[in-house]
Amino acid sequence: MGHFKESDLRLPLILGDKSVHQITEDICRPIEGKANKWWWIAFSIASAALLWWIICVGYTVGTGLGVWGVNKTVDWAWDITNFVWWVGIGHAGTLISAILLLFRQKWRLSINRSAEAMTIFAVICAASFIVSHMGRPWVAYWPIPLPNQFGSLWVNFNSPLVWDVFAISTYFSVSLVFWYTGLIPDFAAVRDRAKTKVRKFWYTILSFGWVGTAKNWQRFEEVSLVLAGISTPLVLSVHSVVSMDFATSVIPGWHTTIFPPYFVAGAIFSGFAMVQTLLIITRKVLNMEEYITIYHIDMMNRIILITGSIVGVAYLTEFFIAWYSGVEYEQYAFINRATGPYWWAYWSMMTCNVITPQLFWSKRLRESVFATFVISIFVNIGMWFERFVIIVTSLHRDYLPSSWVMYSPTWVEIGIFIGSLGLFFVPFLLFTRFFPVIAMSELKTIVKTSSSQAKKKGAHHES
Amino acid sequence: MGANFNITDKRYEFTQNSKLISYVMIAIGMVAIITSFVTHSHQAWSNLLINNIFFMVIALGGLFFLAVQYAAEVGWSVGIRRVPEAMAMYLPWGAALMTIILIGNYIAGHSSGHYLYHWWHHDLFNPESPEFDHIIAGKSGFLNMPFFIARVAFYFIVWIGFAMYFRKLSRQQDSAPNGSELHLKMRSASYKFLVLFAVTSSMMAWDFIMSIDTHWYSTLFGWYTFASLFVSCIAVMAIMIVSMKRKGLMDHVNEHHLHNVGLFLFAFSVFWTYLWFSQFMLIWYSNIPEEVAYFMIRQDHYRAFWIATFFINFIAPLLLLMTRDAKRKPVLLLVIGALVFVGHWMDFFQMITPGVVGSEWHCGWMEIGTAVGFLGLFRYVALNQISKAALVPRNDPFMEESLQHTF
Repeated sequence: MGHFKESDLRLPLILGDKSVHQITEDICRPIEGKANKWWWIAFSIASAALLWWIICVGYTVGTGLGVWGVNKTVDWAWDITNFVWWVGIGHAGTLISAILLLFRQKWRLSINRSAEAMTIFAVICAASFIVSHMGRPWVAYWPIPLPNQFGSLWVNFNSPLVWDVFAISTYFSVSLVFWYTGLIPDFAAVRDRAKTKVRKFWYTILSFGWVGTAKNWQRFEEVSLVLAGISTPLVLSVHSVVSMDFATSVIPGWHTTIFPPYFVAGAIFSGFAMVQTLLIITRKVLNMEEYITIYHIDMMNRIILITGSIVGVAYLTEFFIAWYSGVEYEQYAFINRATGPYWWAYWSMMTCNVITPQLFWSKRLRESVFATFVISIFVNIGMWFERFVIIVTSLHRDYLPSSWVMYSPTWVEIGIFIGSLGLFFVPFLLFTRFFPVIAMSELKTIVKTSSSQAKKKGAHHES
Repeated sequence: MGANFNITDKRYEFTQNSKLISYVMIAIGMVAIITSFVTHSHQAWSNLLINNIFFMVIALGGLFFLAVQYAAEVGWSVGIRRVPEAMAMYLPWGAALMTIILIGNYIAGHSSGHYLYHWWHHDLFNPESPEFDHIIAGKSGFLNMPFFIARVAFYFIVWIGFAMYFRKLSRQQDSAPNGSELHLKMRSASYKFLVLFAVTSSMMAWDFIMSIDTHWYSTLFGWYTFASLFVSCIAVMAIMIVSMKRKGLMDHVNEHHLHNVGLFLFAFSVFWTYLWFSQFMLIWYSNIPEEVAYFMIRQDHYRAFWIATFFINFIAPLLLLMTRDAKRKPVLLLVIGALVFVGHWMDFFQMITPGVVGSEWHCGWMEIGTAVGFLGLFRYVALNQISKAALVPRNDPFMEESLQHTF
């Protein structure tokens, strides 16, 4: 194979004329140095939130679900909203490593590691809501089909809730293995550079005896490809199964066939928004601006624009078909969303999810770090409201007007949600201190074709 | 330039013999169509509709593929670009025939009382009439003639306009001094087209297909149709690329390019299955009478055909295209492409026929003959277009990436 030259229209993916050694230096620096003040401030706040999560979940478990605002009509509310929100966020990482790998998008290399880490922690947060909403977490293993001595106690395989247990646990396991496999050569690099005994000890264990021989690399590549193959359908299946929790029912507003692909698009949308939120801060704090470039931010913004538009098309399709169906209940469910007592939730969702991402048609905004950060926050909020709208407004006015009620969360539910942000940020912040946040050994494979240095050399050769 | 072959103008020559094949196919189609009308076959109109929609949306799929290549800044596909470009040029034919079929059926239905689209009956909307249908009347804001005509006209103008625009600029680029400038023009056109495609692809599925079963509705239907049309388009692309390559006209397309085409065929077959399953399973599970009626007729009266469609379109590409080697074998791509092509024709058949003729149906020589006729026409138009431009596009800023493509 000869020397591959990229089209002149392609922008460099690594700036600052990095050599291969310089990449190792830059990416290992946060691990080998000391944390700065901002990290400690963030870590303290996140730890406080995590503590608050423990208190609120502890109070719920100790007292019972009566401490929440849920009632007989609205029996799913903040718990499942937050569950779906977190699962959705947990989609970007595996999408970047699996689907973008199959599409051979090289720009994924600077962002896949931290996006995958985000995926793992977000799925943990999602699972925590399932366990806490059971009310009796000590029997949380009951949805798993285990042989037991309770007589006929067995899971209902017809229930999409059980499919969810399988889908999410599979997704979590595969994502974790995928993430860890990619980390092994990078851990070995940290190990080989370690100057303290403690660091040497831990990174020796973490790197599984990696020595970087050709055989090591060949197996590494094979495993990565197999995992990418397994992960690709998983990215689609997880949120599809989550959507089936709703769509298999006969509840107006829930039962609609577009749900599986529309949930997946929404999940990727929210996942990328969260990646933007996190990476814009990370690249600044860890000085990674030459690796996570404006071009990377632009590409992610394009994905946000596309998936946001797909979600918009789905909203309008649902609305149109509800009218077209001629089913009064279906029509009412949608009118009630837009004009009923929860109209503010619906219009927050519409504004944040459909209108704000359209701003990304502007190249200037796509390339503005500040605008991207603000819009990514809007999308995070919008996607939370989407799930709230689907769950609470579809339930609160059911077939019998006598059972119509309103729902509002108690301080405990709000506390668990805010606490779950701590549950997410504590491991994420630790990750930025102890793990290489960019997949450096993979990134090095594109130095010769896609770095600013390679581009300069190419131009030099031609002239 | 790392390529070790000659990329000077290689053109496909559309020979008399090859044209003759298309003529014979069209003649078979004409005989089948005329016979079905003369013998008063009740499937005559639905046969026309199925085949015309099928080939028209394959052309539309070609245009969509092309636009995605520009919008996503794809390098490898430049070398195969002429194929989807030529396919998209069938759109004017599809649109013209669609207009003729719709007008013809409207006139014929006036006297016979049988329309392709049930909602074309005026009495359904008239509260005084015994035929009055409360539910269909509720849809009159969408299902009415003036709006329907306006929508269809809009689809055709958008699709044909963009197909011709891309084709024109792409051929200009062959002799343009600065290819990048035209490339960027096409890229910005592709954004506009994709936005319009997102809207028109779903709406045309409601208009042309879903409204046949006038009572029935499914929010996924637009995307389901999109998946089916895109797989069919990839299958046709695979067949055409392999055929051109076997003639020695596409040496610049190597096994890595074929791998990508195979990957698309595999991935979107699975994607189609995913949407098929989502739509079917959710309706089956909820078992709401208004919705489930759609699948009842297919299960009760089209069972073998309906199940075969699923297996051909899912199991066959899944098992046969799973390995890396399979995606790189031209013969295998040809065979699986043909299989999937037939499978998706069957998919469009089962989307349309039950709504038009109900449980009394058959798929005999008149149905297949009509399909052969349309295939002949599509083949003629596509090959004729391919012969008009060099198979290796020139001056594309991504051409070198395509020539060097390896995976």
